[in-house]
Amino acid sequence: MVTPLKDLGKDAIAVKGWFGAHKWLLLRRATQVGILVLFLIGPWAGLWLLKGNLAASTVLDTVPLTDPLLVLQMLAAGFVGLASTALLGAAIVAVFYVLVGGRAYCSWVCPVNIVTDGAHWLRRRLDIRQSARLKPSARWWMLGLTLVVSAATGTLAFELVNPVSMLHRGLIFGIGIGWAVIAAIFLFDLFVARHGWCGHLCPMGAFYGLLGSASLVRVRADGRDNCDDCMECYEVCPEPQVIPPAVKSAAAGGSPVILSGACTNCGRCIDICPNDVYAFGLRGRALVTPRPLPADHPRNSAPGFASNVQDDRKIA
Amino acid sequence: MSTDKETSGTSANWLKSRRKFLADMARTACGVGLFGLAVGLYAEKSRALPPTALRPPGALPENDFLAACVRCGICVRDCPYDILKLATLGEEVATGTPYFTARTGPCEMCEDIPCIVNCPTGALDTGLKDIAKARMGLAVVVDHESCIAFQGLRCEICFNTCPVRGKAIKLEYRANKRSGKHALFVPVVYSGDCTGCGLCEKACILEAAAIKVLPIALARGALGHHYRLGWEQQGEAGRPLVTPDQEHRYNLPDGVHYEHSGRGLVVDEPAAPAPGAGDTPFSSNPLDTLNRGIGGAK
Repeated sequence: MVTPLKDLGKDAIAVKGWFGAHKWLLLRRATQVGILVLFLIGPWAGLWLLKGNLAASTVLDTVPLTDPLLVLQMLAAGFVGLASTALLGAAIVAVFYVLVGGRAYCSWVCPVNIVTDGAHWLRRRLDIRQSARLKPSARWWMLGLTLVVSAATGTLAFELVNPVSMLHRGLIFGIGIGWAVIAAIFLFDLFVARHGWCGHLCPMGAFYGLLGSASLVRVRADGRDNCDDCMECYEVCPEPQVIPPAVKSAAAGGSPVILSGACTNCGRCIDICPNDVYAFGLRGRALVTPRPLPADHPRNSAPGFASNVQDDRKIA
Repeated sequence: MSTDKETSGTSANWLKSRRKFLADMARTACGVGLFGLAVGLYAEKSRALPPTALRPPGALPENDFLAACVRCGICVRDCPYDILKLATLGEEVATGTPYFTARTGPCEMCEDIPCIVNCPTGALDTGLKDIAKARMGLAVVVDHESCIAFQGLRCEICFNTCPVRGKAIKLEYRANKRSGKHALFVPVVYSGDCTGCGLCEKACILEAAAIKVLPIALARGALGHHYRLGWEQQGEAGRPLVTPDQEHRYNLPDGVHYEHSGRGLVVDEPAAPAPGAGDTPFSSNPLDTLNRGIGGAK
């Protein structure tokens, strides 16, 4: 039964407790803030664990890290003489995200995620339903655009306006009026399009999604038999189109693994699901064995359990 | 009959969905294209670095730099004097790129050039090992009217602060026309040694500096490539490369000659009188003097 929006998350809290129902969210926020702190502890305390920003950095002044998309843009801009440090850094980053899930960058590292998640949370609180019809595929056009403008101008043109690097650099080095761009992203996601920036437009998300389409760490829906169509995961998922191919394909013999590169490995579905449908696992192997719901699971009895309440909302 | 109906219905659906697909594609492409146009135009505009913004030492030429710099800020962190900044959106400098301003924070010209060492992309050329070879800009004494050295006052702060002392800025003497008897000690910049660090601009005692570091392209003129400076070519070849000019011949009376680069018309000294010619060089006959002629010929 579809859970009414106002009861979103209540069932998960009833079953797992508040911390259990926000485990991955809290871990994710801690990681996002922690990475910022690692960058900031240098200028604050003179402890140079990470120096630079998400575009390029060095770990302990030795291991280079570079954004591989920036390397592609540099090559498109015609700068072919780039130092091997940048190439090595890009290779390290690319391999890392192929392992942990490309768009883990989006949900675990990128600071804009906090902004757009905030917009989405407020959108739900204000019950804003309307949304501009954007195609998620627009991001591929945007990805192409970053390379085309680089080639056309011979500069890293997109970096002039890229909200992701602008916010991260801004938090570490000073943002100027860049905050206006971030505010624009927030308002766009809040009033114009649901998951507008991260889910439809961001070319960095598109690029890391490409890396992630081959990634090792995946969200798996091995417990999909437990699913009672409460639809809560669709509500919180930043890329809900990735869910049905895994959760609803049992009859057709489909894989329970969420294979789409668009999945950000944020783990909100794992948190919100009261019935343990989802768990992190590997592409080829489950790490958590799904169990059938016990007979005394609230879904089977409790009348107050939100997903037991009939709702005429149409299943999306 | 029913088969026909089904087929036509399916093909109508197919046409409809194809139309929708194409319309969606066009809409997305147009939106993204417009955005791209705006970004491209903004990028072209951002190419113009304001003249007060100087790139760190070893920076590639501006056009290459804008393709190579990922705006990571490692150079900013590695500068021990904290003079480098990353431009923020809204500044005239391309967003996120590093620069410094000579008047407020000049480059201190560290010998080990730490800002370059960890540049991951090569936007700052790690091949630069000698800071004296850096060319961040070029100092120019832009305002002779306010520079107090040109008023005849002793200042020489820029000369004394210059890390390439005595080479990049030299003091040259000029006549002080106002007083008519003093010298001006005027600073003159030599581009062959100026690194563009900006220490002179920082040190200038005026309210607004009379010596400013400008981008080299702005500060320098360029001789037409067809120009050949004869004296340089002659020095290289060790001989004149053109037929030497004929020396002008003057028709002058005896006892007079002309010095080209010197005194001009010169009257030769008369030969010493023969010993015992007389006790006095002057003849007692005044006509002797009158008839002697200019050269003193007898």
